[in-house]
Amino acid sequence: MKHVGEVKSSNYLLTKFQELVDWAVNSSRANSLWPMPFGTACCAIEFMATAASRFDFARFGMERQAFSPRQADVLICAGRLPFKLAPVIRRIYDQMPQPKWVISMGACASTGGIFDNYAMVQGIDTIVPVDVYVPGCPPRPEGLLYGILLLHKKIKGESLFDAVRRREEQPLDDKGLRLPPETIDEISEPFGNSVHQFRSS
Amino acid sequence: MIPGALRETVARDGERIVYVARDRLLAAMHWLKETPGQEFNYLVDVTAVEFRDRERPIEVVYFLRSLERRADIRIKVELPSTDELVVDSVWSLWHGADWLEREVYDMFGITFRGHPDLRRILMWETYAEGYPLRKSFPLRGRFSRAEQVRQALNANPEAHYSLEELSIAEAGGDLPEDMRDRLRRGERGVIPEPPPS
Repeated sequence: MKHVGEVKSSNYLLTKFQELVDWAVNSSRANSLWPMPFGTACCAIEFMATAASRFDFARFGMERQAFSPRQADVLICAGRLPFKLAPVIRRIYDQMPQPKWVISMGACASTGGIFDNYAMVQGIDTIVPVDVYVPGCPPRPEGLLYGILLLHKKIKGESLFDAVRRREEQPLDDKGLRLPPETIDEISEPFGNSVHQFRSS
Repeated sequence: MIPGALRETVARDGERIVYVARDRLLAAMHWLKETPGQEFNYLVDVTAVEFRDRERPIEVVYFLRSLERRADIRIKVELPSTDELVVDSVWSLWHGADWLEREVYDMFGITFRGHPDLRRILMWETYAEGYPLRKSFPLRGRFSRAEQVRQALNANPEAHYSLEELSIAEAGGDLPEDMRDRLRRGERGVIPEPPPS
């Protein structure tokens, strides 16, 4: 009988079972994300450039773009989102199976951008939960790739066994909102040197 | 001479602008379309202008083009803002006016008398904040952002389709009863009965 700890080969690895499972599952998930493109504006052009041969996000496991939400992992909202499209993107998000992530690409998707007006959602995080915000107007393909790599990092940090951090469905509340109204008002406020304007009511 | 013409000016690019009396609009348009030598057979656009000076009337602008004569003309109708914002629809002359007038109605709240299907076209049908391109409309809308998000998320995306489009999509079974009644009566297309379950 050998003593404990006396192993002939040097090729061994000690880890916890949970971490092994997390490593296996999360690397597989992170390295084969299927994006669901939701392109509404010029950001979608940069998104297409990112998908095309010069930048080619297939190198990061996004070979297959899913044009059906049922077979998608990550929703990439590329472009401004008018209020008329808000129920559409919410339904697409609800139709995606867990686990799912959202990348908000560009200034308009993240904050409303220059469109601080009556027709535009001031940040898609008032509609769906967002994992990565990519700044830019529009972001260059490198920017989107960096956002995708950040998402990889985030996915690899998740754990199947952590009840708190496990991804849950985030349904709308009884008022049909994702966030409390005060929060939506707060994050929709104009910022930077946006001209201040009072509401009429 | 155009019937109902009030006065005439020339735009910077040399294009004729003719102001027409509101109640003579249809007569003027019919004359411009049918009279030999005029033949403005193409309605390029319908739009409206509200000026910063609240005293100035709102103008409805029609861009006409004669494809044969390669000539353009603009017709304007003035609607005093104190008065009801109503003008005759030119849909009977150019069917292309359908969506153009719907857009003007949606953005300015100008009613086109005789239009076959005057509904909002850009904003959704339940939009309750007013007419966005009017000067009295605040840039960010009248409701709070939270209320706007709530109304948007509670909207039904399919409700934006016209009855005709819905009947094409055979969405009959999903429609509310009153809408199906309107369709059965033959308003804007025929909807198939839902299949017996």
